Amino acid sequence: MRRCVHILTAAVLVVTATAATAVEVKLGMVRVDYPTLRPISRLDETPSDSGFSGAQLAVQDNATTGQFLGQTYRLDTRNTMPENALEVVRKLTSQGVRIIALSARPADLLAVADAQTDTLFLNVSASATHLRAGDCRGNVLHITPSNAMRADAVAQFASVKRWKRWFLVHGSNDVDRVMADEYRRSAIKFGLDIADEREILDTGGARRADTGHVAVQRQIPVLVQNPSRHDVVIAADASDVFAPYLPFHLWDPRPTMGASGLRPVSFNPATEAWGGTQFQSRFEKLANRYVTEADYDAWLGLRAVGEAVVRTGSNDPQVLRDFMLSDAFELAAFKGQPVTFRDWNGQMRQPILLFDGRINASVSPQEGFLHQTSPLDTLGLDRPESPCTAFEGDP
Amino acid sequence: MRALITVMLCAFASIGHADRIFVSNERGNTVTVIDGTSWEVLTEFNAGQRPRGIIVSPDGTKLYVCASDDNIVRVFDTTTLEELHTLPSGPDPELFVLDPSGRRLYVANEDDNLVTVVDTQTHEVLAEVPVGVEPEGMAVSPDGRFVVNTSETTNMAHFIDTQTNVIRYNALVDQRPRYADYSPDGTRLYVTAEIGGTVSVFDIAEDGSPTPAGKITFDVPGVQQEWLQPVGGLVTGDGKWLFVALGPSNRVAAVNTQTLKVEKYILVGERVWQLAFTSDEEYLLTTNGNTNDITVIDVDKQEALRSIQVGQQPWGVAVAYGLN
Repeated sequence: MRRCVHILTAAVLVVTATAATAVEVKLGMVRVDYPTLRPISRLDETPSDSGFSGAQLAVQDNATTGQFLGQTYRLDTRNTMPENALEVVRKLTSQGVRIIALSARPADLLAVADAQTDTLFLNVSASATHLRAGDCRGNVLHITPSNAMRADAVAQFASVKRWKRWFLVHGSNDVDRVMADEYRRSAIKFGLDIADEREILDTGGARRADTGHVAVQRQIPVLVQNPSRHDVVIAADASDVFAPYLPFHLWDPRPTMGASGLRPVSFNPATEAWGGTQFQSRFEKLANRYVTEADYDAWLGLRAVGEAVVRTGSNDPQVLRDFMLSDAFELAAFKGQPVTFRDWNGQMRQPILLFDGRINASVSPQEGFLHQTSPLDTLGLDRPESPCTAFEGDP
Repeated sequence: MRALITVMLCAFASIGHADRIFVSNERGNTVTVIDGTSWEVLTEFNAGQRPRGIIVSPDGTKLYVCASDDNIVRVFDTTTLEELHTLPSGPDPELFVLDPSGRRLYVANEDDNLVTVVDTQTHEVLAEVPVGVEPEGMAVSPDGRFVVNTSETTNMAHFIDTQTNVIRYNALVDQRPRYADYSPDGTRLYVTAEIGGTVSVFDIAEDGSPTPAGKITFDVPGVQQEWLQPVGGLVTGDGKWLFVALGPSNRVAAVNTQTLKVEKYILVGERVWQLAFTSDEEYLLTTNGNTNDITVIDVDKQEALRSIQVGQQPWGVAVAYGLN
């Protein structure tokens, strides 16, 4: 109670460029849940509050700041089956929620964004690069790093380590093949060589079997036997079929990067640098578990909105979007440098952590990869490469 | 052994009238003690888990150290180096300030969005002041009427009225404000923003209220803008110069406070973090976290003179004036 009294008496005077007027900000998070197989490792099980807890922490952080400015926040979270996604979003927007963090696969994300053009969506889960390229939308900002950014983060590290000959092992589903293409493109971009490739067929079936490692130990080496000489194995396995088995069942002993071994991620529960410990403590206190990428991306998206609200004093999605895309916007994100948005496709610029499952072995962009605008633009689609036109003609 | 060191220190104490310098070593869990005349390292003693914030009481007799991972403030005698007692600090204390009388300690608690006010004589917690997310930097106005706290995720400076322990003013600054310092006459406040890469400058009115007076920016040819991260800051007694530690760029900026322009960048050790002056502001000391040393800067010439090896990952530095 004493704390409440203090908070109430605290909002006395604020020195800002904008007038501190009372603003209510209605935020939403919609998570589309898809029928999926169990992950290979039960450590990768998705918690039931995945993403939502990150969103809640963002709103909590925004509200702590907002109390000094007369700004209040409300968060509505919904999870839904894919077939009801549009209806759920429509219901939220009809209640005045016009800023929504959306966790959905590309097709559903586009369908929702195209049906609700007056709503600002934050893509907090889909990494598909085409959403930032030919399929970009002016009302969608991408918080989650693209697969192009992730592949480039891996390639830069391989380049620094002089692991120039790659053995690319990819899955047989479309998403795996597209990821393999990302690595092929990235290898060319950074002057690396794909020495050999293998496709591992997804034969379906259950993820768990009582034979455990015995069958795996026999099968995996055969699938990757006699590769050309290489320095590193690059795993493209968006379907989570084989990659976790690779590191210790290879034909030749080499490090693995990509879908297992050293993985390019937006965040993880081990990050303590750059004030990360405080973020981890706050999140764990709220959710009683470790943070996931889904939570961090949701947090980051709604924190970016909160920061824009603080600086503009507005709750208008258009005003906030334009500010976030402008040079005036920057946000501290526990990654050592400010994150900003690319004004040509709405992708958030950010460092990519290279995580081995326990620690961050490195962070890309790597030292020495220079860029005329920002070293962060050495990761992913740069302005000259971007076919996106939805952001042209913006102020 | 401890007794012997004490005898030696007392012997030193009787010789000169220079300073005794204390450096907290974040990773080494120690404090390094340096003679401010000979620049010799006198000793290094255990200071608890993860010592960071470090200050000397106004009368020069006590050394306060935030032992962050012990969730406590440890208090040492600056002459004997004996631990006198501890003070409650709230969880994860990082930075703190003493009011000019030395009676009240204000501690930033990063994890709880609080500033804890502690009575240094009764050792009691007097108040907990709710502030923004991740409170960090702390400053006290020269007249003691206000304590300023910066919150790293809220990106504000909160002005706490020390009579009531309630926030009176809030001022927005840039991303991740790390440190705040008043000019000695109390008419200016400087707030560094690590990720924003700026120092926000405020004019302080008679009633303590802040008015934005400009921003200091940094630019070093050949150094990426991202590495110019302002952390520690310190104003000279005449108010004419502000020194700013620029973290991973390994430089300290000398800022003319009239023009708010950087006049010189002084190359120091790696990851320069906090700053302190020696007696009469002859020298400026910088802690360099990644090179495990401190740099001694000639304040008039704005030149680095020498570096002194200390413990592992030095974080903060404090000076007991005229003690050695």
